[in-house]
Amino acid sequence: MDLFFQQLLNGLTLGSLYALIAVGYTVVYGIVQLINFAHGEVFMIGAFGALATWTMLFKGTTAIWVLPFMIVGAIAVSVTVAVVMERVAYRPLRNAPRLAPLITAIGISVFLQEAIRLFYPGAKSAMPFPQIEFVTGAAMEWGPLTVRRSALFTIGALIMCTAALWFFINRTKLGRGMLAVSQDKDTARLMGINVDRIVAVAFALGATLAGIAGVAQGLQNNNIDFFMGFLAGLKAFTAAVLGGIGNIMGAVVGGLVLGIVEAMAVQFIPGTFGGSPWKDVWAFALLIIVLVFRPQGILGAKTVDRA
Amino acid sequence: MSMLEVKDLRVAYGKIEAVKGISFTVGQGEVVCLIGTNGAGKTTTLRTISGLIRPSSGEIWFEGKRIDAVPAHEIVMLGLAHSPEGRRIFPRLTVEENLLLGAFARNDHGAIKDDLQAAYELFPILGERSKQPAGTFSGGEQQMLAMGRAMMSRPKLLMLDEPSMGLSPIMMQLIMSTVKTLRSQGTTILLVEQNARAALKLADKGYVLEVGHIVLDGTGDELLVSDEVRKAYLGED
Ligand SMILES: Nc1ncnc2c1ncn2[C@@H]1O[C@H](COP(=O)(O)OP(=O)(O)OP(=O)(O)O)[C@@H](O)[C@H]1O
Ligand SMILES: [Mg+2]
Repeated sequence: MDLFFQQLLNGLTLGSLYALIAVGYTVVYGIVQLINFAHGEVFMIGAFGALATWTMLFKGTTAIWVLPFMIVGAIAVSVTVAVVMERVAYRPLRNAPRLAPLITAIGISVFLQEAIRLFYPGAKSAMPFPQIEFVTGAAMEWGPLTVRRSALFTIGALIMCTAALWFFINRTKLGRGMLAVSQDKDTARLMGINVDRIVAVAFALGATLAGIAGVAQGLQNNNIDFFMGFLAGLKAFTAAVLGGIGNIMGAVVGGLVLGIVEAMAVQFIPGTFGGSPWKDVWAFALLIIVLVFRPQGILGAKTVDRA
Repeated sequence: MSMLEVKDLRVAYGKIEAVKGISFTVGQGEVVCLIGTNGAGKTTTLRTISGLIRPSSGEIWFEGKRIDAVPAHEIVMLGLAHSPEGRRIFPRLTVEENLLLGAFARNDHGAIKDDLQAAYELFPILGERSKQPAGTFSGGEQQMLAMGRAMMSRPKLLMLDEPSMGLSPIMMQLIMSTVKTLRSQGTTILLVEQNARAALKLADKGYVLEVGHIVLDGTGDELLVSDEVRKAYLGED
């Protein structure tokens, strides 16, 4: 039983990371019906933004007060990359056949990975991520549970981001504009809503959470690399589909479900098919099962929705 | 000077021209009615005026400013609101949220609150059900919401595309009397209607559109008694 709760905690941690990234896929899809497969790279580049901020301004410091600056650095880089990507690569293709933006996304992914690999000093191999004592220090023992500080950071980040997101969507004018654009673009324009601006906001919103996820991943793994966005992005996309692509709270639920399923599969599936080598298989098996029996996802809805 | 002036407007969908060089004007304080059969180009004309489609040639002037290249979301801010064909309310948003979206381009929060109250006075049912998702409303109620929403931008000119479509005679009367009320409160109105009789009765001026051309124009009363209109649109002979 202890083992179960330990894995539940591990699953929630992993799931929180997926969820933070998944929101970006779902928000953008809800607004422009586009799967931004380069979103994993926005997450990766956020981690490098945090590392760069630390290296340039705080090198050698491990105190907690540098963490907010690293988060701001991560978000700044992620948001800039995402907004430029939308403006330069996706906007000209808004009325193109669906395959065009998809191929573009792959191109952007490769471009961003290679840009980091070639031009970020030392990034040809994995780079150590700064250790911030308060969030990477010794794990805590809560009764039978071992609780890593970085896990609490990740779960806490998800809780705060979800609350902020809920408030933004439901209680602000810009959020209401986003809901309107996701439901009916032409009529939204008749309301005086600048659709291009809302699309940029959607990319920026997703990138903000991805940037925070980049920091969380760095803190958990102790190192980051230019390829980290690939699998994380694929998993997060899976989470978004699981929850119902387009549904923001669905992305959160989908991320958590996926994380927990992975953690449980690693621990409790016996024999050849158990253990961590198979966890990705189970994650994608879950996706297939949900797509067969509930194609609209766990929470459903095809548009940005508050549900 | 007219409030709205459309000059030799042409609009095409790909190779197919839907509006083939029409000109008309709407004066300050008037109710102007555009009638015509299915596919005549009425909706296309309104969508072009509000900036959702671009004309292939011609000019559109609103209050002395040329607007045929201005983005749609900026045209609303100039005081030109468009209540589209088929109502197009936001079904998963509440009545209140729909109305507030009508005021998206405005920043005068106090006045927006007042206008919300005014919309609820104009259509009490909206006030009673302000927290309900608009998608649960009947066609007539959705039409009221669409009109209320358009009024939330405080338009000088309100364009209504077939507000009576699919409504019961009673509901239609309510919509038409609301048009009168709005006019008496100082809003200029460009009304597109299939229901020619009701529309022409309250119009100062009317234009008859046929496959992209204006074939007839006159005062509301002139058109009501003209032979062509009676035959083609009023079902009389
Ligand atoms: N999006 C579109 N793409 C191609 N053709 C279109 C499009 N919208 C309208 N048309 C064509 O343009 C012409 C004018 O259509 P429009 O909708 O303006 O007519 P209307 O007068 O509003 O008709 P109704 O009374 O049925 O609403 C029609 O022949 C229609 O088929
Ligand atoms: Mg029409």
